[in-house]
Amino acid sequence: MIKNISNLGDAALYCDFGTEVNKEINRNVINYFNNLRDSNFLGITNITPSYNKLVISFDLKLTSFAKLKKQVENLELKKNNNSKNNLIKIPVCCAEEFALDIKRLQKLLKINEAKIYETFFSKNYYCYMTGFIAGMPFLGDMDKSLFAKRLETPRVKVPKNSIGITEQFCNIYTFESPGGWNIIGKTPVDIFDNKKNTDPNLINPGDTISFYPISKLEYEKKYE
Amino acid sequence: MNKNYFEVLRPGINSTFQDSGRNNFYHIGIPFSGAMDNRNFLLANTISNNGINNPVLEFAYQGPKLKYIGENISINVTGDVNFKIIRKNKNLEFGCYENIVLENNDCLDVLSTNRSVYGYLSIGGTFEVDYYLNSCSTNTKAKIGANSGEKLEIGQIIQLKNIKKILPKNKIEYLNSKIENIRIIKGPHFDYFSKDAIVSFFSNEFNVTKLSDRMGIRLKGPKINNIKNTNIKSEGLVKGVIQITADGDPIIMLSDHGTIGGYPKIGVVISADYDKLVQIPPGTKIKFKEINLKDAETIFKLYEMETQNLISNIK
Repeated sequence: MIKNISNLGDAALYCDFGTEVNKEINRNVINYFNNLRDSNFLGITNITPSYNKLVISFDLKLTSFAKLKKQVENLELKKNNNSKNNLIKIPVCCAEEFALDIKRLQKLLKINEAKIYETFFSKNYYCYMTGFIAGMPFLGDMDKSLFAKRLETPRVKVPKNSIGITEQFCNIYTFESPGGWNIIGKTPVDIFDNKKNTDPNLINPGDTISFYPISKLEYEKKYE
Repeated sequence: MNKNYFEVLRPGINSTFQDSGRNNFYHIGIPFSGAMDNRNFLLANTISNNGINNPVLEFAYQGPKLKYIGENISINVTGDVNFKIIRKNKNLEFGCYENIVLENNDCLDVLSTNRSVYGYLSIGGTFEVDYYLNSCSTNTKAKIGANSGEKLEIGQIIQLKNIKKILPKNKIEYLNSKIENIRIIKGPHFDYFSKDAIVSFFSNEFNVTKLSDRMGIRLKGPKINNIKNTNIKSEGLVKGVIQITADGDPIIMLSDHGTIGGYPKIGVVISADYDKLVQIPPGTKIKFKEINLKDAETIFKLYEMETQNLISNIK
């Protein structure tokens, strides 16, 4: 549940669910997020879930911190509001030219390439949040044997659709962007489709992701 | 093809179509966007007798040079902007905040914003632009909104529709504020910084650097010493949040900001000061002042009243 609600400036609520990063806390955050999306409270302009916080921004012309805080505190939560959350399968090609950091990871983790991929593909990942850049999912948790630091010097350009890992998390670069995560492959699927006018992003907070390997040939076919 | 259009002879530094912004998509990583200076955006549409959310052309520093083809049209420019109209090889000078008439073959040359950053062009009519997720605001990072999510480019044609009959002057007397004191409310990570760092943060001036754009303003000044942790678990951001990077420099989030961030937040700029904040050009020194939430809310009411007064005193 929400431990504390404070103001983030004069036009946002900062809801604190705790300090740890785990699914239990995050499910709480996302449950509030889903319920608030259905609430139609006056003046809300954006709701941003993250690992253990929920930021609710509002239009100061229409409501205020005190008013909205009371509404959020008195919000009646529907218990099973996870109907919006899906299992999504994402193909990944791990060909040498896409797996930019696999050699570094072998050295860093002291495990061979085959084992890294076997471990990576054996788990389902939970989407804690999406954002930073449009549609980018923050997924976890990685198997402990794959916990790796970020690159010392971030890349100026990580190619679009790259799969990156760092510490307990993995993500998908939905756009070409600067970034410091260890890149282990690339998906032919566009996670954020800026041509789609409704639900442009494939992965939403609370969704479960399973990655599966595909060959270079399959990758090229999917891209056509 | 419509018969009324602009041809872009020079795009300017950062010219994009904007409206009041894109609500409700932070959770998928899409920022609010929209016109940076909300009051000047509002005044531009008001002078044009347009709806308050009509698209405008926003420009920064050096604006565009546009050739107009079509029937006579009312246009206006807001902000602190130096511009001229070239008509049959003659330079005609006009002021901001009033309707002027553009004739066929006229050339509108937006030379520069004066000791400010953003200005707006509105027309008695509508720019024909693409909408995405209920807004035409251009976001060049996600490549969404008007103009396929891109800045204006040289040679492109901007189609216009719903051209109105020539409008009255609708002049507004408005002086853009050049105040460089920015009021903020304490952020959730205020206690990440040493007492000395906090004193230093409020007593010293910070320089607005050139690394500033629609996403954010990077400041240089005394380093703000973090005594807890230079990183936090990433969490939601809003316009006006001041993060302190691991290097100890403040960075203020603006309308196109990344939706989540992992640096501690020392404060948030109050809503009423946002318009003047975005207009502070690189090379200027700014100073922060802490106020409480109640005062910020009162100041916002005054800001809103002032905007309404400007609108009701239109001539």
